[in-house]
Amino acid sequence: MSTNEWPLWEVFIRSKQGLNHKHVGSLRAPDATLALENARDVYTRRSEGISIWVVESVQIHATDIDEAASFFEPSDTKIYRHPTFYEVPDGVKHM
Amino acid sequence: MTQAEKEIRFQEKIDREIKIEPNDWMPDEYRQTLVRQISQHAHSEIVGMLPEGNWITRAPNLRRKAVLLAKVQDEAGHGLYLYSAVETLGTSREQTIDDLHSGKAKYSSIFNYPALTWADIGTIGWLVDGAAIMNQVALCRTSYGPYARAMVKICKEESFHQRQGYESLMKLCSGTPQQKAMAQDAMNRFWWPALMMFGPSDADSTHSDQSIKWKIKRFTNDELRQSFVDATVAQAEILGLTIPDPNLKWNEARGHYDFSEINWEEFWQVVKGNGPCNKERLAARVKAKEEGAWVREAATAFAKKRAMKKSA
Amino acid sequence: MQESALFEYVLRLSDDSLILAQRLGEWCGHGPILEEDIALTNISLDLIGQAISLYDFAADLEGKGRNHDQLAYLRYENEYKNVLLVEQPNGDFAMTILRQFFFDAFRLPLYEALMQSPEEQLAAIAAKSVKETRYHLKHTSEWVIRMGDGTEESHQRAQAAIDHLWRYTHELFYEDAHDQSLQAAGKVPSMAEIQAKWMATVTSILQEATLEIPKNNWKFDGGREGRHSEHMGYILSDLQYMQRAYPNMEW
Ligand SMILES: [Fe+2]
Ligand SMILES: [Fe+2]
Repeated sequence: MSTNEWPLWEVFIRSKQGLNHKHVGSLRAPDATLALENARDVYTRRSEGISIWVVESVQIHATDIDEAASFFEPSDTKIYRHPTFYEVPDGVKHM
Repeated sequence: MTQAEKEIRFQEKIDREIKIEPNDWMPDEYRQTLVRQISQHAHSEIVGMLPEGNWITRAPNLRRKAVLLAKVQDEAGHGLYLYSAVETLGTSREQTIDDLHSGKAKYSSIFNYPALTWADIGTIGWLVDGAAIMNQVALCRTSYGPYARAMVKICKEESFHQRQGYESLMKLCSGTPQQKAMAQDAMNRFWWPALMMFGPSDADSTHSDQSIKWKIKRFTNDELRQSFVDATVAQAEILGLTIPDPNLKWNEARGHYDFSEINWEEFWQVVKGNGPCNKERLAARVKAKEEGAWVREAATAFAKKRAMKKSA
Repeated sequence: MQESALFEYVLRLSDDSLILAQRLGEWCGHGPILEEDIALTNISLDLIGQAISLYDFAADLEGKGRNHDQLAYLRYENEYKNVLLVEQPNGDFAMTILRQFFFDAFRLPLYEALMQSPEEQLAAIAAKSVKETRYHLKHTSEWVIRMGDGTEESHQRAQAAIDHLWRYTHELFYEDAHDQSLQAAGKVPSMAEIQAKWMATVTSILQEATLEIPKNNWKFDGGREGRHSEHMGYILSDLQYMQRAYPNMEW
């Protein structure tokens, strides 16, 4: 089985200057050079991008879904990190 | 958490319209249903390239040639997006494709009908892509995240497919009597197979209820089929083409068009492999895979050599 | 004289693009892997786009009121002036890629030179096409290298394709009185100059790919004069089928 299947790559595209690269999908390619070329042909046929990143999928490390609670819920209570937590008088500008 | 509790939490998420993502817990049956449905969908995109692909070299002018080529190429892209969505469920593309080639997996039976004339190309764009879009727009809100995202991208690209088909038929229908007749002939052959694309009627559909509950499907086969008929009648009128169904008529009480019963015998025969082109379509895909094996191996071997050189 | 020489020159470029695009279009749906199916189709689409611009320009030069479709679809076989290389059958993936590679390595320096032409429309078409062609050459080069330095089988297939296609490559640099008059007027580059660049590209890529340039230098030509291979008739039967079967209709 899957003896010669090319590795899977994740594709990230910057749609225009000033924006982050955004995950758009994946594809198969034998190496990074062809992964970039394939990504260009597969994911930018309609001028969707000006820059492409490819990362071999196995190289991506993700948070564990079972630890999601301990990872993310603590920040839910830190509302003081958000600007709307603070009241400023109506007259104050540029803040 | 017990299995039952997990299932309850899962269903709650679905009910609250929270998308399911690849690493989330999901019932095995949910996973299997998705793999079956998405891969069937992916295969349809890829096999669907063949009937239209046959006409690329014969397209009647350069603009049509470019449009057709771009359209068929898009379908390859769609297949690729969908195979990628299947991979997020833990089934590799190769495995998925092997299931197609062994006959285990199905694809839309419409592509087992031949494309005989140039009018078929316009008709496929209009009716076949049109029917597919009806399905796909509904799937943009499907509960599985990667599937929904693939569908959004696909729907964006699909809108040109249906329009180019319709435009091409407009040309034929406003052309010579010979061209008009060619269009009507294509309509006659593709109307019923297009309606069959929505699958068996709800009464005979084995997976429907659970899929609706899991929001994998958002509408039933019959609902989508009805929407398609309702939307298409006026489009056919503008072309001046007759829909080949003597019982097609507006039902004021239902607020929908009534239409004849589909020939389900034909539907099941084609699904089971006895359509006009089943064997040719599958053979073409198997041939492409087999003849491409050395190419894929070569690139793999090269990548290994280069990696070794680097680390040496 | 100059007008008709330029017409002839542009027609050759158009026909090369069209016939090669037609060949590549045959791959659509049958590629060795989906990603490469899409890549070959992209090249084909670029070539059709180039053909349309070039035929439009040729039609203007001719001044007989023909449009790009009439030029592309309604000529007799001996009026097509493409090189024999582009009409060769797709064969296996190695044959297709090598055919494309030899062509791209020729087209790139040619377009680069034509960008400097005082013929403004020609220079504009070249400027647009040069970017596409540069990418095609990069992609085909990558594949030549992978096939040559991949497995034993891929190496053999790539070498067989080179050995077969080599005899058609020298026709890319064909010149006759038309070319010479255009060159004298400073409108187009000399083919010797293009050939030198082509040879440099081919030599370096084949070397990296561990592939050999054939010793046998036997040459085939005729396409530029309208004498084609047996394949051409079949290509045209497909290409022209609709226009011939249903004359004077719009699609
Ligand atoms: Fe599609
Ligand atoms: Fe489509």
